[in-house]
Amino acid sequence: MNGFLSTLVDILSEPAIIVAFIALVGLLLQRKNLGDTIKGTTKTFVGFLVISAGAGILGIALEPFGAMFQEAFNVNGVVPNNEAIVGLALTKYGTSTALIMFFGMIANVLIARFTRFKYVFLTGHHTLYMACMLAVIMAVAGFDTVGLIIAGSVALGIIMALSPAILQPFMRQLTGHDNVALGHFSAVGYAISGLVGKAVNRKKKSVSTEEINFPQGLGFLRDSTVSIALTMAVIYIIVALSAGQAFVEGTLSEGTNYLVFSLTQAGNFAAGVFIILAGVRLVLAEIVPAFQGISNKLVPNSKPALDVPIIFTYAPNAVIIGFFSSFIGGIVSMAVMAFSGSIIILPGVVPHFFTGAAAGVFGNASGGIRGSVLGAFVNGIIISFLPVFLMPVLGDLGFANSTFSDADFGVAGIFFGSLANHFGTIAITVSLIVILVLMAIPFKKKEEQVES
Amino acid sequence: MKIITVCGHGLGTSFMVEMNIKNVLEELGVTGIELDHSDLSSVSPGDADVFFLAKDIADGGAHLGEVIVLDNIIDMDELREKVTALMKEKNFI
Repeated sequence: MNGFLSTLVDILSEPAIIVAFIALVGLLLQRKNLGDTIKGTTKTFVGFLVISAGAGILGIALEPFGAMFQEAFNVNGVVPNNEAIVGLALTKYGTSTALIMFFGMIANVLIARFTRFKYVFLTGHHTLYMACMLAVIMAVAGFDTVGLIIAGSVALGIIMALSPAILQPFMRQLTGHDNVALGHFSAVGYAISGLVGKAVNRKKKSVSTEEINFPQGLGFLRDSTVSIALTMAVIYIIVALSAGQAFVEGTLSEGTNYLVFSLTQAGNFAAGVFIILAGVRLVLAEIVPAFQGISNKLVPNSKPALDVPIIFTYAPNAVIIGFFSSFIGGIVSMAVMAFSGSIIILPGVVPHFFTGAAAGVFGNASGGIRGSVLGAFVNGIIISFLPVFLMPVLGDLGFANSTFSDADFGVAGIFFGSLANHFGTIAITVSLIVILVLMAIPFKKKEEQVES
Repeated sequence: MKIITVCGHGLGTSFMVEMNIKNVLEELGVTGIELDHSDLSSVSPGDADVFFLAKDIADGGAHLGEVIVLDNIIDMDELREKVTALMKEKNFI
């Protein structure tokens, strides 16, 4: 009996098996045939292990970076990257992440079914990353295992419905209809960009970004492996030069030339992210279609919240302008952090590309070129400073050299994390209930409750 | 025949388009088409017979071979039209 129990515990504490089991249940519920069921379950199982493998490589690349940065500047240098931090976190929080994701999706469907928030969040990788962050925060807050899963799932369901809701007025303005929502956890940054656009457009109307001729030669940056490797190489080499040849070759690279070593580690970082992406793709392959099918059936009038590139085709010039403006916002923020002596958040190309581009599109929709430039610039500042306040509530993970990059992670994480810090787990429980009750009231009321 | 949809990260958008193509194929009653999604870095010319890309990354995927570019990735009518034309061309319907 004891042997059976300990085997059961082993199974439950192996996230890869839990995720595979969830996929299996989903496939059986959809009455898939035997072949598809075996294929889907196995892919999910392997996918999770692929993520762990990628996290291993990422760790190898990040460790010397942290050491060099400390040596050179005497503070922590952090590269925000969702894949990196999730890969690292899943080794410890995998099981709770998987369960929070599963029940969080159910919570999202229930909220969409029974409240006026009809949004079903279909961007699977962001759901996974948010589930992971909530697993960490609820654990650090002090919940026990069951409480952690319940609080995390309810919080995830709420965020999945609220994030598209905040942005919907701007989505309507952009797309001209109300059928589709944006499912990308940086909505706070986009909404603020939209507001900035509105504010700067009040006195003098600004022309749209799409009326100017703009070079499109930067398309290669959309290839995430290329953009990650290139920026990491630049950042890594600057840090290596500042740390000095003697330090790097003496303590980190075992004699290999310090610049060669830096270049290789930058490549390793991109390699780690590449592998994690492949793993995430395998894990989501069965979960997302199942979720879509179930939500279509249960919430017939739902609004699908889809991944961020759906808005890029509305304003291709604003995409490029937004990326640059956001990136400059990141650099300015970095300089401010350097002077103030806090940890330093380095501008990552991936978050600035995706969220900066989207902020540029929303800024343009409400305020033309001026709105696009300024809105995305503000977005760049927001996604640079949020991690500074997010990291302290992440426990051990707050000391990693990477963290969550997009705005909603910061806002939600800081909200729940600081509630727990000041008033403990009871405050989180109460706030979740209050938010749910507010959402259930069928009037147009404050939709930004969770973001305040 | 195999179709791969491609986007920048290979996670969200390409997956959505893949599921939409699957629905269109079911509407058309076409079977025997293998579908998958990927990112710009991973995908290479031999991986599939036809690739679907959004307009904004069309340059990055020009080397892939037979590429179908979508002007608006959430427009089901456009997708239906392009998939139907493809299936006719390949003699599936």
